[in-house]
Parts: sequence; structure tokens; C-alpha cells
Amino acid sequence: MAKRVRILIAKPGLDGHDRGAKFIARGLRDAGYEVIYTGIRQTPESIVATAIQEDVGFIGLSLLSGAHNELFPRIVELLRRENAEDIVVFGGGIIPDEDIPQLKSAGLRAIFTPGATLKQIIEFIESCQHDRNLS
Amino acid sequence: MSDQIDFEPIETARQQWQETVLADALSKHAQRDEEGLRTASGIPLQPLYDPSDDDPCTYLERQGFPGCFPFTRGVQPTMYRGRYWTMRQYAGFGTAEQTNARFRYLLEQGQTGLSVAFDLPTQVGLDSDHALAQGEVGKVGVAIDTLRDMETLLAGIPLDKVSTSMTINAPAAVLLAMYIVVAESQDVDWSVLRGTIQNDILKEYVARGTYIFPPDPSMRLIRNTFAFCSHRLPKWNSISVSGYHIREAGATAVQEVAFTLADAIAYVETALGAGLNVDEFAGGLSFFFSAGSDLLEEVAKFRAARRMWAHIMKQRFGAQSARSMTMRFHSQTSGAALTAQQPDNNVARVTLHALAAVLGGTQSLHTNSRDEALALPSEDSVQIALRTQQILAHESGVANTVDPLAGSYVVEALTDEIESRALRYLEQIESMGGMVRAIESGYVQREIADAAYTYQRQLEEGKRVVVGLNRYVSTQEPRRDIMRHDPGLYDAQLARLSEVRFERDELAVLHALRSLRSAAQQEDQNLMYPIIDCVRRYATLGEICGELRSVFGEHTQQGVV
Repeated sequence: MAKRVRILIAKPGLDGHDRGAKFIARGLRDAGYEVIYTGIRQTPESIVATAIQEDVGFIGLSLLSGAHNELFPRIVELLRRENAEDIVVFGGGIIPDEDIPQLKSAGLRAIFTPGATLKQIIEFIESCQHDRNLS
Repeated sequence: MSDQIDFEPIETARQQWQETVLADALSKHAQRDEEGLRTASGIPLQPLYDPSDDDPCTYLERQGFPGCFPFTRGVQPTMYRGRYWTMRQYAGFGTAEQTNARFRYLLEQGQTGLSVAFDLPTQVGLDSDHALAQGEVGKVGVAIDTLRDMETLLAGIPLDKVSTSMTINAPAAVLLAMYIVVAESQDVDWSVLRGTIQNDILKEYVARGTYIFPPDPSMRLIRNTFAFCSHRLPKWNSISVSGYHIREAGATAVQEVAFTLADAIAYVETALGAGLNVDEFAGGLSFFFSAGSDLLEEVAKFRAARRMWAHIMKQRFGAQSARSMTMRFHSQTSGAALTAQQPDNNVARVTLHALAAVLGGTQSLHTNSRDEALALPSEDSVQIALRTQQILAHESGVANTVDPLAGSYVVEALTDEIESRALRYLEQIESMGGMVRAIESGYVQREIADAAYTYQRQLEEGKRVVVGLNRYVSTQEPRRDIMRHDPGLYDAQLARLSEVRFERDELAVLHALRSLRSAAQQEDQNLMYPIIDCVRRYATLGEICGELRSVFGEHTQQGVV
């Protein structure tokens, strides 16, 4: 039997708005994934350390304060430094459309903005898992 | 004349109507699905309310007259026939200069009060050059590091004329100190200053997240500001007990009322415990609620909250003065109700929310801008939001008589229902040892998270409809211009901070900080005075909070899912 997919939902930065993060964490848990939620106000370093320690396959970042351009790429960069770039990083929050290309080129695999559904996020995770199993 | 009104003929007629006319109609056309026929809080709505739902014999007890106990109908006798509510748009971004320009623009446009949004480093007591502040400086509000920034923020604004609301909690004492020192430099006497500090730490632990210290020392800071304001700033609201963020985090209207009142009870108890007299400080307590889309339930919520607070203050705390029993509140239209999709639709939503707040008897109002779900609002969106309030005030007619929905059978029934459901929560919290304990146990956070989860599932399953989001969806969304932050602001803020550090008298700063630390170690000292001294000497917000951190420790909490 395949190992259960482990997902870290994380709130980088100082932003305390975690209604969305909590919903995603609980929704993914109800969908059968193993989910760890960091709580708010995490540094990029602590998120990466938790991800590695918990051996997760995915990190979902949530940020509504506008600091995504600084903090999201930093997390991907730290994962690379730790040779953990196989962890898939995706993000969500109040993120203007025009910021999405640069976040993707920085290594974020997907960005979900307001109105995205749990179903879309699960489809994304499953398609990443599918690609992983092929490789 | 009999004391009792005979409802029997009405009840008989209703029953007859139900069995014949209604039953006949239902046999031809079924009603919509159940979920859609409940309020947003899940209270089931009857098809129809009639006089038996609102017994006029209990009118004096349940509704009464505006400006009189139990204040259900409003806190002033004339309400908006005297003066409209204060139109107060929450604003702040980038540097103090930029925000000062936005404030002047809003005042020119007819806004009547200021409301300062601070950036997150300021809200959690960190200077702009702190490592954790990276990426956050000037983003969700203005960056304030020292008195210098506050001087710039308020330049040219007559502090004896405007009232200023500051959304600041954990470091509220420090920002208040900066404000009053700036007032001094304008030769404005402290006693005439009008405004509000949010200063509501308990909701930060459950909903908003900008806490610094653990609950006990945080409550002490609040006691200190209560005592200071009641003696020195008699026109200042020393707290704004906030349901807004609780609601926005996913709570229902009932939970919003219950948890806000539970927080308020905890603040009153802490002040009484410190030896303050209830009527000495209770007049400085104000409230802050969300105004959402379910118009009837929202109006009922405001009315129920006012009535409950009056009872709590009179019966539980023995308040004598009417001002202590009145719940004066600010409201803001719901941000969570807005959609990023088809954002112009938000103008209609905000109108609905604002109408609910006005019909609910708000004292001041912020209307959200249509682009709230995309970014910080642009100037023209802010203008539409403010104009929405002005249209309600001058054109709708709803401000021309007091509490116009009173006596609506459904609104009175919902007012009673919200009160009784919220009372059940208050009893539950009481049995857990009060709100501080209920928060520490995670109970409040779980209740909110459960409500948020249920609501979101209903949206995703299409059981609740949000136009443009899960129905009437457009595939082509027009691109729109949103406000972008000035990329140079971070460097500018750091340069200003280091300039202040270079120019100030370093020895005087160290001395003031040392005095603050020693006062913090003594429970009976009011920290406002040493904080004012630090501020005057241009100690930074981070330095002041740093001293307090070293004595009080820092709060951390696990995420409750």
C-alpha cells in the first residue's frame, strides 16, 4: 500500500488571517491526507525545518498580507539548500494575478487565489502524486 | 383595558391560513431547499411572522425607548436625526507621509473621523529593520517605528477636531502614548482628545493573531490604559471590544455577539479586580462589529447585543450611569463576504452591509472597497465606498427616524432568538471559568473553526450561493488596476529609522527604557507613564516592546484546526 501523502499547511510572515489555511488543512485531512498545520507567524526557516522533520511531500503556504513575493520564494530557496526540492510547494491568499508568473518561476508549483475550491487543490495534489509515481 | 393582548384570534387565523392557503400553495410549489431558508447563523426562519411573535406587553422590557435602558432601540434618543454616524474609513499603507496624504484626501472628501491601519511589524511590536519584518513593512498599514513617524502621520491634522481610531492591540499603550505626545506638540490639551484604541487582546488570541505577550500581562496593560484614560483622556475610548475579527474568522452572528460580550466581561472584571469603579471606566468601553449580508439577522444582532450589554452592566456589574450601560459601536462591512470574482458586484454587497449597520444603529462605519479581495483599495474604490455611506445618509431616508425596523415581527423575533442563543454561549463560557480560560483551552477557537468549516463546505457544495463565486460565474474576468506598493518604501523607512536612532539622545533613551523595565516588574505600577517617557525620547516601538517582552515573556500558540 502506498504511503499516505503528508502535507504541511504553513503561515509564513506576521499575518494572522488563517481562516483559509485552517479550512484547507481540515478539508485535506477529511479527504484522507495526513495534514500538519503550523499555526501563524512562522519564519521561512521554521517552515522548512518542520517540513523536513515531518517528511512531507507538499507544503501549502497561505499569506494575505502582501508579503508573498518576499517570503514564498525564500522558502523554496531554503528547501533547495537543504536538498529537499522534491517537496512540492504551493501557495494561496490575496495574490494579484500579475505576481503569479514570477512566483511560479521562483519554484511555486501552483497559486490558488480567492474562489479556488478544495477540489481544485486536491486535483493539483493528485496530479503531482501521479507525476511522482511515474518518475 | 386588559393587560394581556388576546392573541387567540390571530393564532386561530394563522393556523387556518397554514392549513388552507399555505398548504394549498405548497402543494403546487415546494419551497426552496432548507439551507437557503435559514439565517446565515443557521437560525431557521418561519415562512411568516405575525403579531404573536412580538408581544407588545413586553415592549418596555424588551425594546423600550432609544437612549433608555435596555437600549435595544439605540444609544441616543434622537439617533441620526441629530447627527449622522461618523463615516470613518480605515486607511494606512506604506510610510507615514503616504498615509498622511490619504488621510487629508479622505477628510477633503467629507469623511468625519480617521482610522489608522498599522502594518504588521508595528502591530506585533517589531521595528521595520527587524528580520521578521521583512516583506511586511508598510503592507497592510502604515509603518510606525518612533514618535517621528507619528508626527509625520498626523502632520497638519487638527487633533482637537478629528476623532481618531487606531487599530492597535498588543502595543496599544505605546501608540496611544505617541498620539498624545504629538497632540501636545500641537498645543492640544489631552482632555479634549477624542478617539479609540482597539486594545482588545483577547480576540487576538482567537481570531486576529497580533498578540505579543501572554494573557495575564496583556490584561495588565489593558487595566493600565483603562485607568490612564479614565483620568487623563475622558473623551477617549480605551478599548474597542471587537467582534469583527471573530466574525471574519468564520464565526456566526450569534457567536460574534457571544464571544465579544464574553471578552468585554473579562475586561470589566480585570478592571474591577484592579480596584477601579465600574462607572469610572465603563463609559470608555466601545465595541466593534461586522456587518454582513444577511440584512435582517444583522440588524437583529446589533439590537440584541445592545440589550444584552445593558443587562450585563446593570445587573451583573451594578453600573449606575446610563453611559456605562450603553453599547456604542463601530461597524465595518464584512471583508470575507466580498468576492475577488466580478469585484464590481461588491459595491452592491457593501451597500447591503452598510444598510444593516445603519438600521442596526451604529455610531461609526467603515465601508469596504470593492477591490478588498484583490489588494489594498485604490483611491477611486475608496471614494465609491465613502459615497455609499453618504447616499445612505442623505438619500435613503432610513436615517430620518429612530430604529426603523423595530416592531417588524421577524426582526423582533430574531433579536430575541439571537439573545437567547448568545446567552447559552455565555453560560457555557462562565462554566469554564470565564473567557480567558475558555480561550486557553482552545474552546472558542474550535467553535469558530467549526462554524467556518461548515460555512465553507456549504459554499463548495452549492448549498449557499454567492453570486459570481459559485453561481452566475463569468469565465472572462476583466483585468483591473489594483494598488501596488511603492517598492522603495522599505528602504525609505529603514533610512528614517536609522536617522532617528542617530539623532536622539541615546543615554536618555537607555535611562527611560530601564525605568520602563523596572516598572514592568512591579505589578502596581501603571505602565502608561514610563511608556510616554520612552516615546518622548524617541525610543523605538521595538525597543519599548522588547523591554516588556523581557519581563512578560512572549505568547505562542499552536494552530487549532
